[in-house]
Amino acid sequence: MMRLAMPVKAMVQRFAFLMLVALGTGLLIVGRADIALTERIRTTVADALTPVLSAFAEPLAAGRALAERAHELFRLHEENARLREENARLLKWQEMARRLEQDNARLRQLLHVTIDPLTSFVTARVVGDTGGSYVRTMLVNAGLRDGVQKGQVAMGEAGVVGRVAEVGQRSARVLLLTDLNSRVPVMLEGSRLRGILSGDNSERPRVEFLPGNSQVSPGDRVLTSGHGGVFPPGLPVGFVASITDGIVRVQPFADYYRLDMVSVVRYDLPRPVAEGEAPALPGRR
Amino acid sequence: MPGFVRRLRGFGRRLAPSLFGVALILLALLPFGLPQFSSVMPLLSVIAVYYWGVYRPDLLPAWAAFALGLVEDALSGGPLGLMALVLALVQGVCVSQRRFLAGAGFVVGWSGFALVAGGAALFIWSVSSLYYLHLFDPRQALAQWALTVFAYPLLAWTFLLAERRMLQPG
Repeated sequence: MMRLAMPVKAMVQRFAFLMLVALGTGLLIVGRADIALTERIRTTVADALTPVLSAFAEPLAAGRALAERAHELFRLHEENARLREENARLLKWQEMARRLEQDNARLRQLLHVTIDPLTSFVTARVVGDTGGSYVRTMLVNAGLRDGVQKGQVAMGEAGVVGRVAEVGQRSARVLLLTDLNSRVPVMLEGSRLRGILSGDNSERPRVEFLPGNSQVSPGDRVLTSGHGGVFPPGLPVGFVASITDGIVRVQPFADYYRLDMVSVVRYDLPRPVAEGEAPALPGRR
Repeated sequence: MPGFVRRLRGFGRRLAPSLFGVALILLALLPFGLPQFSSVMPLLSVIAVYYWGVYRPDLLPAWAAFALGLVEDALSGGPLGLMALVLALVQGVCVSQRRFLAGAGFVVGWSGFALVAGGAALFIWSVSSLYYLHLFDPRQALAQWALTVFAYPLLAWTFLLAERRMLQPG
């Protein structure tokens, strides 16, 4: 009996193993094609484990802040001097901004300009960096129940971080600007030239589809253009870092490595709605 | 009552390696805030599956390795099924080579791991390249492999302690 049972058991085990390998391969192929299924599996797991990640990410961020503070203590003097100088400069800018704001308001009134819809935002903690080496994403601990929706833009302190690519009930995945699959419509601030910022997994994504003879110089600020209606226009993205062989690379303003929190911006595309009429473009986002 | 407690302990014992695995996957995902680190994060789950596959395959069977990989895929945002496949294959290789690896000393175990981890890193790199139709920088895979090999002794030692403390039967 035993002599028979052993080979059978080994065979069953081998068969089960082969089934697992086939299942894995099948998942890879099906997942590549059926994005909805992949997303559902991902968000379910992410929803389940985000609270655990949050519990660890918080003390980690606190520890990092503490280390930073200790570091700052040593440079308090220089920092103070620098800040005083910056303050003086910013006060002048403030003065200017106030004047411009008044000007703007007056001119808008004269021209009856419709202003972009008010945007609101949800703040979420970054609980997961990307695990693999071949994707650039972040897991944040806010989801559908907090008002986060797919396609919304995630902002760091300094600028755009990325786009919400997947969203669960209480977690969401942000596709960073640097990811291979990231495409964001942008414009150069000075010249208003438009292009597409596309990631290639390097630190500095490149601007594609700029007009052929465009004048671009390093240091030019890059903003979202608002084309496609997914991102609000005018959000700071980064600055032109290098131009080599016609390839324009952008250094994002967002510091991915020191990002604790992101703001997910809720933005509704302005729709032409006449008074007393149903929205002209039902179902469009 | 003692019977119940014993059964509970036995259950915990059998579950411990999988829980270790999940903890390692979460650890690898945490935002450490170090530049470039997340792109070369050691393949901690491969270490766990290798260790248990060689020394105690009864505690982490192939399907558990597969499930761990699936969790990792879901959380990391990479191709779904990739790590599941990798971890199941690593487990299979370990079990088949276990007679040779388990009896040998630490250095042989470590060398064996270096080989297995190299295969895993290469597999991940090539499948990712195919999946995204983009030739990724192989240096990244190389760096990840090196870090994984260096991380092995520390984790293996932790697992050994855990095994001695709580997983010995009886």
